[in-house]
Order: sequence, then structure tokens, then C-alpha cells
Amino acid sequence: MAAPLCLFLTRPRLVWFFSIVASGLAFLISCLLLQQVMASGTISYELGAWDAPWGIEYRIDQLNALLLLIISSISTVVLLAADTSIRKEIPEDRHTVFYILYLLSLAAMLGIVATGDAFNIFVFLEISSLSAYALIALGKDRHALWASFQYLIMGTIGATFILIGIGLMYQMTGTLNIADLSIRLPEVAQTRTVFTAFAFVIVGVCLKLAMFPLHLWLPNAYAYAPSIVTAFFAATATKVAVYLLIRFTFSVFGLSFSFTHLPLQVVFMVLGLVGIFAASTAAIYQSNIKHLFAYSSVAQIGYMIVGFSLTTALGLTATLLHLFNHALMKGALFLALGAVMYRIGTTQLRDFQGLGRQMPVTMAAIVIGGLSLIGVPLTVGFVSKWYLVLAVIEVGWWPIAVLILLGSLLAVVYVWRIVEVAYFKPSLEGADSIKEVPLAFMIPIWTLVLANVYFGIDTRLSVQVAQAASQSLFGVSP
Amino acid sequence: MKDLLAVVMLLGIYSLLSASLFVAMDAVDVAFTEAAVGAGISTLLMLVAITMTGRSEYPERHKPLLALAVVIVTGSLLIYGTLDMPYFGSAEAPIHQHVAPRYINDSMQEIGVPNIVTSVLASYRAFDTFGEVVVIFTAGIGVLALLLVARRSEEDEKADLFNYSMHEQHLILRIVTKMLIPFILLFAFYVQFHGDFGPGGGFQAGVIFASAIFLYVMLFGMTTARRVINQSFIQMIAATGVLLYGSVGVVSLLSGKEFFDYSALSSDPVAGQHLGILLIELGVGLTVASIMIIIFFNFASRRGNQ
Repeated sequence: MAAPLCLFLTRPRLVWFFSIVASGLAFLISCLLLQQVMASGTISYELGAWDAPWGIEYRIDQLNALLLLIISSISTVVLLAADTSIRKEIPEDRHTVFYILYLLSLAAMLGIVATGDAFNIFVFLEISSLSAYALIALGKDRHALWASFQYLIMGTIGATFILIGIGLMYQMTGTLNIADLSIRLPEVAQTRTVFTAFAFVIVGVCLKLAMFPLHLWLPNAYAYAPSIVTAFFAATATKVAVYLLIRFTFSVFGLSFSFTHLPLQVVFMVLGLVGIFAASTAAIYQSNIKHLFAYSSVAQIGYMIVGFSLTTALGLTATLLHLFNHALMKGALFLALGAVMYRIGTTQLRDFQGLGRQMPVTMAAIVIGGLSLIGVPLTVGFVSKWYLVLAVIEVGWWPIAVLILLGSLLAVVYVWRIVEVAYFKPSLEGADSIKEVPLAFMIPIWTLVLANVYFGIDTRLSVQVAQAASQSLFGVSP
Repeated sequence: MKDLLAVVMLLGIYSLLSASLFVAMDAVDVAFTEAAVGAGISTLLMLVAITMTGRSEYPERHKPLLALAVVIVTGSLLIYGTLDMPYFGSAEAPIHQHVAPRYINDSMQEIGVPNIVTSVLASYRAFDTFGEVVVIFTAGIGVLALLLVARRSEEDEKADLFNYSMHEQHLILRIVTKMLIPFILLFAFYVQFHGDFGPGGGFQAGVIFASAIFLYVMLFGMTTARRVINQSFIQMIAATGVLLYGSVGVVSLLSGKEFFDYSALSSDPVAGQHLGILLIELGVGLTVASIMIIIFFNFASRRGNQ
């Protein structure tokens, strides 16, 4: 049980190999944790041997275990390709620094998810944001600096809001422990201070989440970061933020408070839907594929928000499923883009001409990932959309189900644009020399793609875990 | 405000004022940190940044109305939130009822350190503090990643020579500084090791130590300083600090206790707590000081390159 903590100790003097070992270890540990949690319920671990409200506690239930698994698995797979990719994109003398930052960021995300203490979340949030800013700024393009700066401003505002919220909560309850907070908050729930705390936390988390009106930092940050970083963050960073949203609304403030004091349900539903459409439409008009998929990420976050706003166990299951599945899709897609970047040096749409013939395997991966994004049966995208639609219908909101399906049509449009250019246009001149990417890229990409298909067909694992997690969340907060 | 120097100075004054506010609220440790970090080191760093970029602002291209609106909304929400707060200093406030009594009443027996803030920081919530150290470490690495300077060319040496002659002119400043620096360093050590008994600890000590080095560099030039402190050595120190902190945790882990359970360090739990706190504070101090120096060196060398 103590094992996840060993992770946080792996600090400096590291190289690629060491990073993989650390990340792989984390992956193994989170698999074991998931198993144990599924078997025996919540695990809690007290740091420094002080009892929970006094000391800091790690608390792992089904939800955390699922997230831990997503983060560590994606990170391990992405790292496999890292060595090849960054050799092209980052100057030699910065490689060590890159891996240090990468591991810090990984450790911080695991920390955010694992901890059961509100202030500890903030501390880890800072580590992960700081390392994220630096990683993004390492991008080759000079725009990367500006993108990172934008992210820095938005991210800092978000983090500060969360801190203010946590501070106000501490003032009203005298505790920072999440489990303890959820017991003590209802007593003071009617005060304006708690209301303010809630507002600050939600807005702060939504900034981190890149939820629709607050998403402006995301596309640039993803587009200009080094490919590996994009693949890692796209698959994990926003998921961590979704986790925070769920954790704060369900566990800390409790369902009844979160959704009765404010018209939150309606707000989230509307913003989620608008997000899906606005971002998908924006994605259609992008000329850089990284931008395109970044906007599509914003749209996918919209789906998660819609599922979340239903406030039913099924809706939450759909959100969690989509969390898991979207990590797989975007991990695969951005890694494949990284491979393209490795060979042709850009990800502009027009440079994709004829790539379907030059790099058939990579392009096939992109196509399958795209299909999954649309939600074609036999891929993971289908599973989560199926559950989402089911959840919406369960509540009886037919028009929204229709809207969700329409949103998928938009995804068809932007994925088709890539397919069209890559397969049906003649190759660019001088493109004959472009070859397939090395095996180091191929293996991680196809691992993720196959996972896309596998979890699309055999849904037992992901659905079971997601269901268990959402039920436990509704269990603790009636 | 068009003149950035004035902005930096105002920020420094703001920090100093809030530090005195904290003193008025009896939060000496926080005040100390705010004074050392907010008014001290960050002002210095911003000054260095200004010398690199120039001290006046570009004419603005857009009206900051949106920002103003956000600030106003946030501010009014905060004021709205204060309406239902418990009264300041009221003994019935939840903060004083729930966790705090144990900290206040039992920490002397459990940890044996007179400064309660230190025992909360370094033992009850040791993991948070560890996180904070890692935050600083991350910041340092981030700066390193972005500003990493390649080998210095001959031109830089020349520039330094020029700087050197400039430094010659500030004779009085140099002599006064030379006299002050040993005391600043000594004070840093005092703060470091006295953290158990009075306000202070690794964070503040590291910052104070680093500012002594800054002062030296500003008046005697980069080259002189580099002779004493080289980059890779200081990076090692930074890493050692974090590792030292972490390994305290691992030691207790390996001896079958929980992470950061200092009682594993010695047969007597209280003595173990003492030892643990001493070690982690040392780790904190090392990391903070060396990271600050790394950041400053990288900034300052940048200026040399331009």
C-alpha cells in the first residue's frame, strides 16, 4: 500500500530509461491498487502516522484507482516513444531537464488523484501546473512560449481560485481532510461563505478543465507543445481536472448542496452542449491537425460535462467511461501525430497529402483513433457515447440525446477532412523519401489503438469500474 | 503605470505591508516568509528581469476592461463571502474548535518543539511541505529548461570586464556590502536552525542565504561569483535537498512505519521527531537557497548574453 509513495521520491539525475521504470512501476502499482480497491473497498493511508484530520491522508476508492490507472498507463506508453520523438524536437542539452519535468508532472497528477486532503491537492496542482508550463514552453516553435504564458496566466488564476475556495472551507469547518469536510460542511452549508467557497472552487476547476467558455488556453498550449507532451497532457491533464470537479461537487460539498443551491445542473448542461458544438465547429476550420484535435478535446470535455450534469449514477458512469476512453483515443491520436511530426516535421493539414500511402501504418492508427472519436461501434468512443445517450434518455431528455448524436456528426466532418487529404490527394513533390516511423513509435501507438478497439469490444473492465466508482460516489453523498 | 520600476517597488511595499499585517494577526512565521520572499527575493528577481527587458511598458494595445470586470466580480464575491464568516479572533470559530486544539495542546508532548507552526508544518503536514519543496524544485528546473545558457563566449568575458569597471565605481556600496554579507549568511543559519524555537525555518533561511549571494553578484559581477559557485554543483545541491527530505520518509517507510513517521528515526519518538524536523528543514533550506541561486544566475547570465 505504501508503494505509490515511493514514486514521489524518484527525483533527479534521470534519463529516459529511469523514467520508464518509474512510470511502469506506477502503472503496476495502480493496477494492483485497482484490484484491491475493487475487492475490498476504500483504502486509506496516513502519512506521518498522524490520524486523518490532523495529518494528511491518502484515500483511494474506485474513482481514484481508475484515474491512477489511466494516468500511469498513458504515461508509460507515451514514454516508450519519448526518446525517439524528443530527439527531433528538443535540443540535446535539455533532455535531462525534460524527463525531470515529465516525471514531476506525472508524480503531481498521481498525487492530486491519490490524496484525500484538500490542501494537498492544491500543492500537487501547483507542481503539475508549473511543470506543465515549462514542458509546453519547450516546444520548438516560438509560439510555444506565448502559448505557455497564456496557460500560465489562466492556470494561475484557476489555482488561486481553488486556493481561496479551500481557504474559505477551512475557515468554516476547521479541517482540510476531504472525508472530514464532507461531514462538517452540511452543518454550515447555509452560510454565504460556503457558497462563495463553492463558487471559487468550481470556477477554478473549470479553468483547469478547459470547459467551454474557459478553454481559450488549451488549443494553443496543445498545438505548440512538443508532441510527447501533447500526447501525455491531452490524455491525462484534463482528466485530472474532471476528477477534481467530481470530487469537489460529489464528495466534498455533497450532491444535495452542489445541485440545489445553484442552477448548476442547467448551467453545466448548457455549457457542455454549447462546448461540444462550438469546439467541434472550430475544429472543422483548423488547418493544423494538432489544433484540430485540441479543439476536439474541448468538445469531448463537453460530453463529459453533459454526463456529469445529469447527476444520475448512469450519467456519471458515462462521464467516467468517457474519461477512460477519451484518454485512450487522444493518447493514440496525438502520439500518431507525433510520429508524423517526426517524419515530416509539421502537422499542417496540407502536408498530410498522400501520407496514407507513405506512412500507411501511422495513418491507419489515426483513422481508427478518429473513428473512435466519432463513436463508431467496436471502438471505445461508441461505448461511452452509448452510455451517455442511455443516461440522457433515462432522465427523459430526448432533445439532448439528439444533440449529442448531432455533435458526433461534426466529428465525422473533421475526421473526414484528414482522411480525404491523406488518402485521396496526390503526394507532395519530394515526399517519396518519407518512410514509416521507427518501431519505437509504432509499438506505443498501436498499443493504444488496440486498446481502443479492445475496450470497445470487451467493455467489462472499464464499465464495471466506472459503475462501481459512480455508485460509491452516490453512496457517500445521498 | 508606465514605469515598471515603480511597479516593482510598489509590489515590494505591498508585500512588506501585508507582512506587517500578518504580524498584527500574530502569524509571525507567515509574516517572516512574506517579508523574505515577497518583499525581498521576488522584488530582486523582478528587478533583474527589468534590467533585461527595459523599464518602461509598451503602449497598451487593448483596454483591460474585461480584466477589470473579472477583478470586480471576484472582489465583490469575496466580500459577499465574508458576510457570514465567524468574527475575527472569536474562540467559537470552527478553526479553533476542530483540529487546532490538538496541535496546541499536544504537540509539545508529541513532537517536543516549542514552535507549533514548525511542528504542524514539518510533522503533522510534512507531506504538504514536501510538496512545496518540490514546487520550488520544479520552478527551478523550469527556469533551467527555458533559460539554460550555453558555454560563455569570450564576448561575455569582455562584457564582464566592463561590468567590473562599473562595479569599481560603487566603492562605498561594495565595502558596506562586504561587511554585511557575513552577517546575512550568519543570520540565515540562525533562522535555519532556530526554526524549532522561534519563527523561521528552511524556507526563510534559504531565501535569506540566497539573497546574500545575489547581493554579492550584483556588486562584484557574475564571473567572480562563478568562480565560487558553479552551475552543476548548485544543481546537485538542489537535488540533494529534495532527496534528503524524501529519504527521511523512505527511512521510516523501510523501518516499517508510515511515510514521514519520524518516530522511526530514533528509539525515543520525541527525539526522532526532533531529528526528522532538523533533517527536513535542512533539506528545505538547501533546495530553496540553491534553486533561488540557479534562477538568479540564469537570469543574470541571460543579460550578459544580450
